[in-house]
Amino acid sequence: MTEERFSFTSGAKKTLMITGIVGFVLLILGVIMNMNSGHGHGDAHGGEEHAALHQVADDLVASAEAPQEPAGEHAAEEAHGEDGGHHETAPWLKNIYNNLWVNNVYFTGLAIIGLFFVAIQYAAQAGWSAGMKRIPLAMAHWLPYAGILMLISWFFVKSDVFHWTHSDLYHGDHADEILIGKSALWFWPLSAGSFPLFYILRMIVFFALWYMFFIWIKREMLAEDIDGDVKHWYKARKYSAIFLVIFAVSSSVSAWDWIMSVDPHWFSTMFGWYVFASWWVNGLAVITLIVVVLKQNGYLKVVNSNHLHDIGKFIFGFSIFWTYIWFSQFLLIYYANIPEETIYFIERLDSSQYKWVFFLNLLLNFLLPFLLLMTRDAKRHMSLLKLVCPIIIVGHWFDFYLMITPGVMQENGSFGFTEIGMLMIFGVAFLFVTLSNLAKAPLYAKNHPMLEESLHHHI
Amino acid sequence: MESNKNFVLGIYDDEDVLLSAVTKVRESGVKIHEVYSPFPVHGLDEVLGYKRTRLPIAAFLFGLLGTTLALTMQIWMLGFDWPMIIGGKNFASIPPFVPVTFELTVLLSALGMVATFMIISDLKPYKKPRLMDIRITDDKHVMAIDLAKNSLTIDQIKSIVGDSGASEVNDKKFED
Repeated sequence: MTEERFSFTSGAKKTLMITGIVGFVLLILGVIMNMNSGHGHGDAHGGEEHAALHQVADDLVASAEAPQEPAGEHAAEEAHGEDGGHHETAPWLKNIYNNLWVNNVYFTGLAIIGLFFVAIQYAAQAGWSAGMKRIPLAMAHWLPYAGILMLISWFFVKSDVFHWTHSDLYHGDHADEILIGKSALWFWPLSAGSFPLFYILRMIVFFALWYMFFIWIKREMLAEDIDGDVKHWYKARKYSAIFLVIFAVSSSVSAWDWIMSVDPHWFSTMFGWYVFASWWVNGLAVITLIVVVLKQNGYLKVVNSNHLHDIGKFIFGFSIFWTYIWFSQFLLIYYANIPEETIYFIERLDSSQYKWVFFLNLLLNFLLPFLLLMTRDAKRHMSLLKLVCPIIIVGHWFDFYLMITPGVMQENGSFGFTEIGMLMIFGVAFLFVTLSNLAKAPLYAKNHPMLEESLHHHI
Repeated sequence: MESNKNFVLGIYDDEDVLLSAVTKVRESGVKIHEVYSPFPVHGLDEVLGYKRTRLPIAAFLFGLLGTTLALTMQIWMLGFDWPMIIGGKNFASIPPFVPVTFELTVLLSALGMVATFMIISDLKPYKKPRLMDIRITDDKHVMAIDLAKNSLTIDQIKSIVGDSGASEVNDKKFED
């Protein structure tokens, strides 16, 4: 087999740059609009709605004849938010912080799923994907940027995004029993309310581990191109197997750390899986979209409709898997009707800001992929994959938006130019890193021991 | 001549020879009744010119039937026939019905697909199988040509099959 290389043309770079600039302009525009309208809205209208929300929560408590703690707890939480002596961040800035965090989590997911995809192909000794593994590998190049961005931005966003970081919640008048109970998760081995050493350490260790395995697996993949020795494949498989075990734990814990702790009083035992499912199906959609676009530009002759069919089945199956996890979480909370759990869905469903996102989430991530990708032909034809993948990519952005925003912005949450602009900036940065690294190595591994099998793949 | 009674059988030793033979025989204008092989031969259905199965359509329709049936059943039972308050929910609240609906959709879709497949393939209990040649259960591939479906004479067909690489060319007559 001859070598094939992707050239990241200056035209493509220019398009990306323009998209990034448009995103930046939209972001500025959105911020200015928020600055002008944010305050009055937040105080008058929002307060009213929040009162209504509490009424609902109280009703729930009464109807379930449960102890009064949960609602009381929530009210207490509000109290220290308002007169606990904290400096209130302006809504527009809070909105930027929120967007920063949503996109951090979303694009970290894409990068780590790139590595995860490669790892499961090795661990399962899969032959079909031999021709397209370089695309997820290129996506994983975003990992170090994601880690640095996340670590730095965490210190900016922490007091607005992560309520539990407020030190006065752990002693004195505003002491919060629930958070004191959970404090070891964040502050161990230091005292509750001080620096969250355990939390920050986890973040650093996870990114370091992921990056380390990424470097190792990448090294073997590229070394194989040069000498064609099959030992590289065996080594990559060994690293992949170890990485998968680490990823199983770290993906769940990072979901609790980075997303679930935005609502620190609430918990769901499904959450790790839920975030993984969302990251995974979204990563598959991005891989497929890049493959399809590359093919339409004349690259990747080694990938044909049989391979697209397989990855299409992946997307179809995991869209349903995501829905299954989503529904399992929703049904149990809905049916048990315990106020401290239902508050999560009440915040999202009983609100004019988030209700549409809640249903849009289901439409984009379940109904449309399910119906559009059901037939065999749909998975084999690039035109339909090119339609469904963007739907899923946008849909899962909304999924993360819906996980994080209500906990941060409460009734001030909105969707506008700020959100679109920030997503575009992050997306351009991610694509820039992915594509420039894709251009640095051959587009497919010409010495992969299973390339021949992949070329004859037939389903 | 009655159809499904008189066959010419080409016996092949090798699946690669079989694949090229099928193309050659079809190009000579002979209609092939069926090819029997002891193991799945990749690409055989393509050279035989078979259309893709329409079984997924049956699966979808049976699935739709299952969804409808499950929802109707539960809404009627818990909403109208015997209304019960469970966990403070509405009589006919959809979320708790979803697992049952999902299961019935899968069940009806699967069973319906199996039944459809059995009917269109004429597989029924106590059906006596027609074996063209006992060796298809061991190591030979057999191409069966129905004489009644072809306008060519038996000798012409036999020479076409023989030229295509068959190791034997036999006659087969079913009395039933």
